[in-house]
Amino acid sequence: MIRAIQLSYRVGGRTILSHLDLEVKKGETLAVMGMSGAGKSTLLKCVGGLIRPTLGQVVIDGVDIACLKESELDAVRIKIGMVFQYAALFDSLNVYENVSFGLRRHTGMSEEEIAEVVRARLAIVGLPRTEQLMPSQLSGGMQKRVGLARALALNPQIVLYDEPTAGLDPITSAAIADLIVKARDELGVTSLLVTHDIQTIKRVASRAAMLHGGKIVAIGTVEEMENHPNPVVAQFMAGSSEGPIRITE
Amino acid sequence: MRRDNSQSRTADRKDVVGEVLQDVGDEIAAVVSLPGEYTYRALAKFFDFIGESSILLARTWAFILRGRIDLRDTVNQMAFIGVASLPIVLVTVAFSGAVLALYTSQLGVKWGFGSYTGGVIGLSLARELGPVLTAVVVTARAGSAIAAELGTMKVTEQIDALRALAVSPVQYLVVPRLIAAIVMLPLLTVFADIVGATAGYVVAVVNGVAGGGYVNSLRTQVLPSDVLMGLIKTLFFAVVIVVVGAQQGLRATGGATGVGRSTTGAVVISIVVIYILNFFLAYVMFGGKTAFL
Repeated sequence: MIRAIQLSYRVGGRTILSHLDLEVKKGETLAVMGMSGAGKSTLLKCVGGLIRPTLGQVVIDGVDIACLKESELDAVRIKIGMVFQYAALFDSLNVYENVSFGLRRHTGMSEEEIAEVVRARLAIVGLPRTEQLMPSQLSGGMQKRVGLARALALNPQIVLYDEPTAGLDPITSAAIADLIVKARDELGVTSLLVTHDIQTIKRVASRAAMLHGGKIVAIGTVEEMENHPNPVVAQFMAGSSEGPIRITE
Repeated sequence: MRRDNSQSRTADRKDVVGEVLQDVGDEIAAVVSLPGEYTYRALAKFFDFIGESSILLARTWAFILRGRIDLRDTVNQMAFIGVASLPIVLVTVAFSGAVLALYTSQLGVKWGFGSYTGGVIGLSLARELGPVLTAVVVTARAGSAIAAELGTMKVTEQIDALRALAVSPVQYLVVPRLIAAIVMLPLLTVFADIVGATAGYVVAVVNGVAGGGYVNSLRTQVLPSDVLMGLIKTLFFAVVIVVVGAQQGLRATGGATGVGRSTTGAVVISIVVIYILNFFLAYVMFGGKTAFL
């Protein structure tokens, strides 16, 4: 469903991703974990077609999106829902307008049909009757749930999650993780999430991959990653300050 | 032994002197190369700005020519850029017309050309003060708001969210603002010209100019082409205000500081470009004419 082949991204003389290979199979939830600044969000933006890789391919459903024009990319983006780290809700629009934003522009739905989809998506994320609220009236957790509802509105085949639980308390984080599982089970979406939250990975991921030094250094099931011999993975899973990863890196 | 120590001390001294000379040389090289480095950076920034603005303008026109225009957003922007700017434009231009009338009428009455006051003020307003002051006020009010809004959207990933939803930020954000500015700036200028000339009339009459003479001079000296050329200038100014505001906003980085920098940049660059552009437009439009003098 998603393949990154020899993906490299350089900016301002710094190499963020270096000849990275990754595959996400249809229907699975793959979590990419790594230190802050490891390039997780960059990887997600390359897959979502928001930035172009310096080298390599990003193949979505058989199409290499790295060489598509901006106008051609839009056809691929409609198949992908993206949940941003800080929700990125349009702050001049209310919840209803945020969730219906893509529907208005890319479907020929009537206002009643749009309202029906918005209600259904808000019900999935557990936020009924919030349509008229503005983003500034929502808590951080609620904003992320509205962001998820917006991402799911166009029935995407793929959902990309950028740090979906960052900055949230453990209970809200667990609720968001459950929503990711619910979205996968109810809508059958393929999910790629980047996070450094081990608890979320354990709750949602079919497989996990470790991003370090611009490459995927290990990939496997969560159980395999917990017992992985790679010292980088072992240190990260243990949450230890002692090991090959130094905080100055 | 003593000789060895002496040689060693001399060598140490030479090393120290060498290091000091090296440091001094480095400093001199740094100072000498500084103007070159600054020039290079300034030129790089300038060409970045020109390139980004040109691409942004071309992409905006491409959407407009293909009819990809959201009417509701455009009307909202007309209200914001035009209607909401009207009071401050009127106040600014009214008082500018008044102060111009104050000096002109005093000198005119003193030297016997008071009857020309209306023409002087009318021409100044129609050709220069009306279009330029309106553009400056709209830059301060709407240009800064465009940069701040787009900049905030950029640093909070709302621009990325638009693109992720397969919506072009240029089409959604820049197109309505450009059309609104192109429509509203000439209208604001018409109101500004009328209010400025009226304020000038009041001040001129108070200072001893005959009311009939003021109106007569205004009617005979200010040609429709003067007003029209002034309004044509505002179309260029509208493009500058929106494109510079959007370009500065869309390149914002680094949170609140970056948004502040973009907003300041948008206002400063727009005003400078408007004044420079105004000279060349005036030269092309009015350079060979002697309508008044």
